[in-house]
Amino acid sequence: MARVVVDVMLKPEILDPQGQAVAAALPRLGVTDVTSVRIGRRIELEFAGEPDLEKVHEIADRLLANPMIEEFAVKVAEEAS
Amino acid sequence: MRIGVVTFPGSLDDRDAARAVRYAGAEPVALWHGDDELYGVDAVILPGGFSYGDYLRCGAIARFAPVMTSIADAARGGMPVLGICNGFQILCEAHLLPGALTRNQHLHFRSRDQWLAVESVNTAWTGGFDAGQQILIPLKSGEGRYVADEATLDRLEAEGRVVARYIGENPNGSLRDIAGVTNEGGNVVGLMPHPEHAIDKLTGPSTDGLGFFTSVLKFLTEGRGVAA
Repeated sequence: MARVVVDVMLKPEILDPQGQAVAAALPRLGVTDVTSVRIGRRIELEFAGEPDLEKVHEIADRLLANPMIEEFAVKVAEEAS
Repeated sequence: MRIGVVTFPGSLDDRDAARAVRYAGAEPVALWHGDDELYGVDAVILPGGFSYGDYLRCGAIARFAPVMTSIADAARGGMPVLGICNGFQILCEAHLLPGALTRNQHLHFRSRDQWLAVESVNTAWTGGFDAGQQILIPLKSGEGRYVADEATLDRLEAEGRVVARYIGENPNGSLRDIAGVTNEGGNVVGLMPHPEHAIDKLTGPSTDGLGFFTSVLKFLTEGRGVAA
């Protein structure tokens, strides 16, 4: 079994109001040195056998991310302990 | 004329869309997300709601519903398709319309009657309006902010493909106040506000929304449409 992780982030030029709302809350925690917060999504795919990374790219491109507004990165997770 | 209205799990406005079709004088045909058969309809409406719970992204999962494969093929063949709210999001996810709809800039769900200016009257769904006509129809969405890159926005404007723009305060931060767009053929239209809720003074703020449904009927009966 293998785990592949897909990280999806809004493209830098796309406004992230969720991130802005979190950034605006940080001063309430006494944090004043964070200049920007951006929120993405981590998706973990468990494969029965050896994962086909090309296939994972296709899944990410077609479903997990919207390439119009998001970018993604695929990586094979370290062996689970 | 028979106009299909798709029901996805989580659709909310399919009944109102069917009612609007009936008010316009056409026969509504219920289409099911899991069925790839379109039953010979002449046009299709993708209604508002929260298809598949809006999980992942609004419209992202609905795009892969069996019925969407048939609708995408028919749309490329010229069949009129109107996506309202969640339906607009689905059309963008399916790449039948450019751009995407993202979280409202202010993060609030916005539900109110909204003034729009109808700009492009060369589409299958807006032929009955006057260019620049101002209409009042309900808006109710949390992810209605239209975005596309500058080149795409410029192209949409240059080709007259902005179907409607918000008048007054922009309700969601939509780029260039865009409320609706159309494809190159003018047969596929996506609209964030809800014309199907404004067809009867008893239940809506106006009857301005009816124009979308009577327009497509006129478009189809004048034979400009490609029969499905």
